[in-house]
Amino acid sequence: MASTTTDFDEAIGAPRGLSTDHSRAVADGAHQHGRGGTPQSSRADRLSSFDLAQFPVPNGREEEWRFAPVDRLAPLFDAELSGPKVITTVIEAPEVTVEVVDRDDVRLGRAGKPGDRTAATAWASFQRATVVTIPPQVVASTATTIRVEGIDASKPTASHVLVHARELSEALVVIDHIGPATLAETVEVVVEDGAHLTIVSVQDWAPGSVHASSHRLRLGRDATLKHIVVTLGGDVVRITPDAEFAGENGSVEMIGLYFADAGQHQEHRLFVDHAVASCRSRVTYKGALQGDGAHTVWVGDVLIRAAAEGTDTYELNRNLVLSEGARADSVPNLEIETGLIAGAGHASATGRFDDEQLFYLRSRGIPEPDARRLVVRGFFAELIHAIGVPEVEERLTAAIDAELEKSMSVLDATPTLAGLEDGP
Amino acid sequence: MATLEIHDLHVSVETKEGPKQILRGVDLTVASGETHAIMGPNGSGKSTLAYSLAGHPKYTVTSGTVTLDGADVLTMTVDQRARAGLFLAMQYPVEVPGVSVTNFLRTAKTAIDGTAPKLRTWTKDVTAAMELLRMDPEFATRSVNEGFSGGEKKRHEILQLELLKPKFAILDETDSGLDVDALRVVSEGVNRVRESGEVGVLLITHYTRILRYIKPDFVHVFVDGRIAEQGGPELADRLEDEGYDRFLTDRATA
Repeated sequence: MASTTTDFDEAIGAPRGLSTDHSRAVADGAHQHGRGGTPQSSRADRLSSFDLAQFPVPNGREEEWRFAPVDRLAPLFDAELSGPKVITTVIEAPEVTVEVVDRDDVRLGRAGKPGDRTAATAWASFQRATVVTIPPQVVASTATTIRVEGIDASKPTASHVLVHARELSEALVVIDHIGPATLAETVEVVVEDGAHLTIVSVQDWAPGSVHASSHRLRLGRDATLKHIVVTLGGDVVRITPDAEFAGENGSVEMIGLYFADAGQHQEHRLFVDHAVASCRSRVTYKGALQGDGAHTVWVGDVLIRAAAEGTDTYELNRNLVLSEGARADSVPNLEIETGLIAGAGHASATGRFDDEQLFYLRSRGIPEPDARRLVVRGFFAELIHAIGVPEVEERLTAAIDAELEKSMSVLDATPTLAGLEDGP
Repeated sequence: MATLEIHDLHVSVETKEGPKQILRGVDLTVASGETHAIMGPNGSGKSTLAYSLAGHPKYTVTSGTVTLDGADVLTMTVDQRARAGLFLAMQYPVEVPGVSVTNFLRTAKTAIDGTAPKLRTWTKDVTAAMELLRMDPEFATRSVNEGFSGGEKKRHEILQLELLKPKFAILDETDSGLDVDALRVVSEGVNRVRESGEVGVLLITHYTRILRYIKPDFVHVFVDGRIAEQGGPELADRLEDEGYDRFLTDRATA
């Protein structure tokens, strides 16, 4: 039987005020600083630090904030995010351990450092962290789900989750984000040598929510990680997964799926740092947009450092724009510092709805709304099937269907197959 | 018994230089059980007729009427036309990534019939129809038309024709790009549908080759957007011997 652990317990709630404790950052002497004042030309030069003071409040002209609605994200720029905390509830596999720990736990902060203002405020403000550990050589028999539930979007708050897959373990962990929240979050994922982890982060916030999340992923030797991001609900969602290889022969597959409706801003900024030899990365993100002011941003930075010989990397972003007034930005960046690689490439395509596909389906009697649904489902189906975990695939298919119901039923009032009326 | 009546149909297409008139007064009546071959040189408007009947948004009907048993086809949407009984087998079937043939066929059948087909008989029908068209069973799991060869796409079109059972089938150059074996298989499929005597067929083709396998009752020669000559199957034989030069010369001297 799976058991449940929650941090929603006032008795163990940490005292307020810890959010300004920078002891850990001070103890860390290895701050990296960008080239002061001049534009950063290489991702390698980008600042990362535990020290919030290193990250000025963004004004929207910075490279990493230029697509973002900084005014709507502003509450998460505050040095102290002291709103009511989100409720984190874990239903874990029997082999998996769950702890709620104080911020000075030595296991925290080992999967890299914050890379932007909201990652730094998340780090500065969280009080207690949820730590999910898959013990060495353990194969988890069921999925572990971490539910992060917001209760109030009017005040900003911070949270921290660490998923630690120990040596040679195997597990599936799903993080669900629901409810109303204004949240700066850190998700640390440490995959030790030879471990295989699949982690899914679903952002399905209530309307009015603002979410910035720094996913910091570290892979050991021979480790494999499937990192899946699904963004559906929330006014502004900005996810920044940073993947770093700490040993040779690691493999990360990063899959993203997003669906933005009118007024939503969904931003995914990825960074894969190939610092060691013979590692592999695959990035595939697909998004659909519909409605006035729907905006998605995908930025995929891949850096192959001089030492990372034998690297094999490919990243792909595709966007399907379903209506006027929606905007998809897509920026792949590949920096290569060694010629001795196995492969490196990227592709990006943003297209409008294909009228010929619609015509073909409709010429077979399929009403327009159903035809549109088929095309959008098809667009995501290939990606979903690539996940290879049936329970995740089923969930995502259902999530896409629900999203389609919600956003496409408003398209027009043409009868659908659900309530078919025949033509004259 | 159903009748498709096309009367004085004028159709234009939007081009960069503005609207261009393609069809200039087409008159044609097709009844259930009849097969009409529409022949003619490239650019004569054969495919425009096919797509206009199906309701492709690229084409604008500027005048004329099309009725199916008296009902005005031109005011129907694309999918209403299909549900009313029109089927267009396309020359260039469109790829729909991520949508399996199985899912597509069942969705189309449900739309056409107004109710979902009974799963067991439906699966059997699909399997049997695929076998007759010499289609590999793994076809059913592939995405619609994606990565299909030219011959596979045409077989898939005829598979739909057999399963959806329309009142009128418009076959737009179904023979183009097929080798002889594939042409025979596809023609057999069309003939199975014809045997019921319940479907009217508009067989659009540039070549007479397919008419060896599918015998038309009527042959119409399309030139410059209208029917220039019509007759029985013997007209096809004459076209095979003489080609379209006679019509093109007429046009040049007109």
